[in-house]
Amino acid sequence: MAINKDSNGYTFGFAIAMVIVVGTALSLLAIGLKPYRDANGIQKKQLEILSAFLDLDAEKISRKNVAEKFDEYVNLDEAVVLDRNGKIKEGVNAFDIDVQVEYKDKKLKDEDKNYPLFVAKKDGKKLYVMPIVGKGLWGPIWGNICLGEDMNTIEGASFGHKGETPGLGAEIAQKFFIDRWIGEKLSDDSGVFTKFEIVKDGSGAATEKKVDGITGGTITSKGVEEMANRCLAVYATYFNNLKN
Amino acid sequence: MSEVAEKTKAPSESLFSKKNRKLITDPLTDNNPVTVQVLGICSALAITVQVSQALVMGLSVIFVTMMGNFVISSMRNYIPPKIRIIVQLVIAAALVIIVDQILAAFLPDLSAKLSVFVGLIITNCIIMGRLEAFAMANKPWPSLLDGLGNGAGYAGLLLIVATIRELFGSGSFFGIPILGSPIPTAGHPNGSGLYAMGYMNNNMMVLPPMALVLVGIIIWIQRSRNKSLQESH
Repeated sequence: MAINKDSNGYTFGFAIAMVIVVGTALSLLAIGLKPYRDANGIQKKQLEILSAFLDLDAEKISRKNVAEKFDEYVNLDEAVVLDRNGKIKEGVNAFDIDVQVEYKDKKLKDEDKNYPLFVAKKDGKKLYVMPIVGKGLWGPIWGNICLGEDMNTIEGASFGHKGETPGLGAEIAQKFFIDRWIGEKLSDDSGVFTKFEIVKDGSGAATEKKVDGITGGTITSKGVEEMANRCLAVYATYFNNLKN
Repeated sequence: MSEVAEKTKAPSESLFSKKNRKLITDPLTDNNPVTVQVLGICSALAITVQVSQALVMGLSVIFVTMMGNFVISSMRNYIPPKIRIIVQLVIAAALVIIVDQILAAFLPDLSAKLSVFVGLIITNCIIMGRLEAFAMANKPWPSLLDGLGNGAGYAGLLLIVATIRELFGSGSFFGIPILGSPIPTAGHPNGSGLYAMGYMNNNMMVLPPMALVLVGIIIWIQRSRNKSLQESH
């Protein structure tokens, strides 16, 4: 019996069968690959936290060995989560918080956003790693700032971006820009947080609280300035309360 | 009616007959989907800053064109004519999702860099064009070869453009710096290698418009060498 391929019944039947087959196959694939995607997400977060105080290339840390290195340096039991006023929030797991998702979430009120703080140990010294997030010219930018034992001086940092202009704004991820942040202090001697400023005149290296921007990457640099000031202020409050 | 003819004809044509080989080689040169048919330009601009990105993108497109052509060709006698475009779209979209998922699971860093462009393979005119023009009318094996040829034609051009852009834009190939390092170190204020002599990366190269200029130059070279491609006015 020849099938009439033009009949409505055949057309509908074909469409339904195709959707079921393709849909099932894709869902099975998605479920099957989920553990890999989850593991990738955890590795990425671990790499970013470590990148605040380690040179990942020099230390040969990659996705393969990051889990083990992360345990070596970072003690998640000491990690805390702060609210916007710099007070510790109980019952929240710092590692589970995705600051980038929270930043994008328009429904989440500013006062409900979480500020995780990780504590690491390198060469016997305590380090404090703070994730920050903001927006650049084309999309999200983020970073991890590392404070030394005095809970005030920046000892390391890393910046990332989703799609800033290569050669211009994208340079925030480069070492030369990161180095400009090292040695800067969060709070002045009296324990008051003052804002960072990205400058164009090249005075950043010599002046405290001033950091040289990137030529041609003004809007991205300003984005870094905004995210550093907004996020670091919260941590500065916490550290200053802790010291008093 | 064609059943008998096909059965008797099939063994007479070897898997890599001249006609079949032409299906692969044609799109690489005289019928290149990008330079001659000017299809798939948009993604060629976006992901040719680095060779590694272009390679993964090229392989993904080869996979989708090959498998898409093969699946559609195998089903071509059963596809209801009224919804044939939708059927092609569903198959191509499913293949794109498979590629996207596999990249996200096993090459997460590259997948993040390619971001939306893997998903946008579905909008690449090469794929729908080959499904409708070739796979719907030909047997699975030639369709597979046609998909391979067209995908490879696209991938090849991507690699050429990406090699030029990465070399002159970032001074590297596959992420390996080959012109030295532009980062100043103690004693080398301008960096090392060529940079020490005052060479600078061409920032224009890393911006998308330069890909268009490069594709234009390649089209120009190709047409000047192959008179049959020149249009008469």
